[in-house]
Amino acid sequence: MTETTVATIDDKLLTKRLGKAMFRSRLRAFMLVVPVLLFLLLSFVIPILSFLLQGISDDTFSSRMPKTTMVLSEWDAVSEPTEEMYAALVADLKVVRANKTIGKVATRVNRDKPGTRSLFTSTGRKIAKIEPPYKESLPGIKKKWQDIEVWQAMKTASRKYTPGYYAAALDLKLTSDGSIVRQDENRRIHLTLMTRTLQISFLVTIFCLLLGYPIAYLLATLPVRSSNLLLILVLLPFWTSILVRTTAWIAMLQSQGVVNDLLVYFGVTDDGTRYSLIYNKLGTLIAMTHILLPFMILPLYSVMKGIPPSYVRAAKSLGASNWTAFWRVYAPQTIPGIGAGAILVFIVAIGYYITPALVGGQEGTMISNTIDDHMRKSLNWNLAAALGGVLMIVVLFLYWIYDRFVGIDNMKLG
Amino acid sequence: MSDNPLVRFQNVQKSYDGKILVVKDLNLDVEKGEFLTMLGPSGSGKTTCLMMLAGFEPATYGEIYLNERPINNVPPHKRGIGMVFQNYALFPHMTVAENLAFPLEVRKMSTSERSDRVKRALDMVQLGDFGNRRPAQLSGGQQQRVAVARALVFDPDLVLMDEPLGALDKNLREQMQYEIKHIHENLGVTVVYVTHDQSEALTMSNRIAVFNDGVVQQLAAPDTLYERPENAFVAQFIGENNKLRGTVTDLDDGYCVVKTATGAMVYAKAVNVKKVGDQSTLSLRPERVVVDPEPGAVQNMFEARVLELIYLGDHIRTRIALLGREDFIVKVPNSANHAFLAEGETVTVGWLQEDCRALD
Ligand SMILES: Nc1ncnc2c1ncn2[C@@H]1O[C@H](COP(=O)(O)OP(=O)(O)OP(=O)(O)O)[C@@H](O)[C@H]1O
Ligand SMILES: [Mg+2]
Repeated sequence: MTETTVATIDDKLLTKRLGKAMFRSRLRAFMLVVPVLLFLLLSFVIPILSFLLQGISDDTFSSRMPKTTMVLSEWDAVSEPTEEMYAALVADLKVVRANKTIGKVATRVNRDKPGTRSLFTSTGRKIAKIEPPYKESLPGIKKKWQDIEVWQAMKTASRKYTPGYYAAALDLKLTSDGSIVRQDENRRIHLTLMTRTLQISFLVTIFCLLLGYPIAYLLATLPVRSSNLLLILVLLPFWTSILVRTTAWIAMLQSQGVVNDLLVYFGVTDDGTRYSLIYNKLGTLIAMTHILLPFMILPLYSVMKGIPPSYVRAAKSLGASNWTAFWRVYAPQTIPGIGAGAILVFIVAIGYYITPALVGGQEGTMISNTIDDHMRKSLNWNLAAALGGVLMIVVLFLYWIYDRFVGIDNMKLG
Repeated sequence: MSDNPLVRFQNVQKSYDGKILVVKDLNLDVEKGEFLTMLGPSGSGKTTCLMMLAGFEPATYGEIYLNERPINNVPPHKRGIGMVFQNYALFPHMTVAENLAFPLEVRKMSTSERSDRVKRALDMVQLGDFGNRRPAQLSGGQQQRVAVARALVFDPDLVLMDEPLGALDKNLREQMQYEIKHIHENLGVTVVYVTHDQSEALTMSNRIAVFNDGVVQQLAAPDTLYERPENAFVAQFIGENNKLRGTVTDLDDGYCVVKTATGAMVYAKAVNVKKVGDQSTLSLRPERVVVDPEPGAVQNMFEARVLELIYLGDHIRTRIALLGREDFIVKVPNSANHAFLAEGETVTVGWLQEDCRALD
């Protein structure tokens, strides 16, 4: 055989030459993608990593209150605070009062023990005139400084690297001695939100599949001219702003909206008992299904387009009824499209934000709305990062499950 | 024609768009156990006929009978016709054995009988060890055999094949032609075969229906088609053919005289001419032209000039200028004492009146 003769003539030289040639072509390929790699690194990878890092690191307290941080790290969190600790606290408070960052410190501690914000700000106003021994004079300004829980909250807040935010994202709580316990009953919200997000995304995926499959089939089997027209109709929503489409659903579904008017007109319900179709989970489901439908239809269509009609014909000529031919021969070949469409819809849905914010009301909002809240209203970026991190882990986990049972290579996007 | 053909097309017409008839008034009987080939150029309506027979396209007009039963309203899966598609249409998500078991499964056959039959069918196409492979793991020829086995595994009376060998290379194609022919002979199944390759049609068929423009031009056995074509299209389509055009000047007892544009008189066999004064195309096979004939041995003798010689081993293909045409082909056999010709030389050529057929 030629292979063996070549190998015996000059085995090493050949490998070397091949390696060299391969290296050059690889280098060229690499140079071509360098710009986009740099772009992605700067605009995508680094920002996301640094943001995710905020979920576990927080130096709001430790950087501004270095002396307190030091003494707190030696404190056992149960014994009574010493004069030395009070002195360190006062020294730090004077600094943050002077450079006007005391509000940030107060907010930080307030997260671990609600109600301490005013303790810091009002103490700050009088801190300049305070005299030692601080163990007496500080509680003199505010009696609450004797509360050991305040000190414990400060100890927790002083940790630079903390699992506290991830714990909070999972409705757990980091105590001052470093152990993790469940959050108080009335503050457990994230897990509910997370399950609701998964549930809504799952339902939207199912609805998109049920609605999209027949349309994709029609698109793939119709003659080209009519299928192109239909395809434009499918794509039309893509060219309209999401905001406009969502608002249109509000006009349709609200209690004085088109759908309810029609229902009243046809006597399905009467004026007093109009259905609440929006500002709840149902509203989110309807609007999101509509908006994400094209993401399901397009991969399905592209897969179905590639299935020659001869397969179903062959099945029928072999004696299969229409239903059997569809179920046994056609449907299994569309699995790559179902997988691709379902993954696309699910992943887009799980991070969906504008639509649930507008039509979700109380029970129809999703985890990203909470993340947004923490980003823009409560300014707790660390918790936002931790929630985002949890969301990402969940998605990766589902992706892994999908790969195990369906196979990622079995997916066809276009 | 026999009294009870397996398939009968009766005045069948087909139009896809309501304007153009792609099949015009088809009347065709397929006998039991026959290997019938539909042969014709691209777009002549062969696939359309097959699709109507299989039930995937409705006939616009006319009736198709299977076993003397009209089947226009019988859905494809109830017709019990096996079919081999050009792209094989093996189900990619099933193994070879599952593909073969599929028609048995939908017929609710027991598991043991199923595996029996699948094994027999695979052995028939010499693929006994390939049952567990996926179609994508087979070569083109192997896939082709699986497709044939699958179309036969449920013992249909009739199998349709639409250019099943179109995607194979020449050697494999010839090998498969023989295999399909042998399977047909061994099983006695009726086959309707579609191809646009005339040598394939000649090799395999009992009878060939030559299609052109939605009409069957001639339906006959291979040798009849070659030796006694009924019209100019068939003569041209099957094998090589020299054409001369002219006007009929005399017609008597199945023979005629045709006067060509150069004024020469050609004696020919009247096959498809109706009366004196008609235009006619004369058809003459290249191997029936004799170089330097004995005077009196042939009715037609003319002077010709040799234009081109191509050496092809067993014969020498010679292009000559004759009776105003420059594309006249003569096959000079490379026999013991054949004529040695040189380009530019003038020679006498001739042929029998019998061999020159006057067509429409
Ligand atoms: N689904 C269809 N819709 C409209 N016209 C069609 C359709 N299928 C075939 N035709 C037309 O009908 C005519 C006959 O087509 P058909 O497929 O029967 O030809 P064929 O003899 O099988 O040709 P080939 O050898 O190329 O396969 C062609 O002119 C073709 O354009
Ligand atoms: Mg065809």
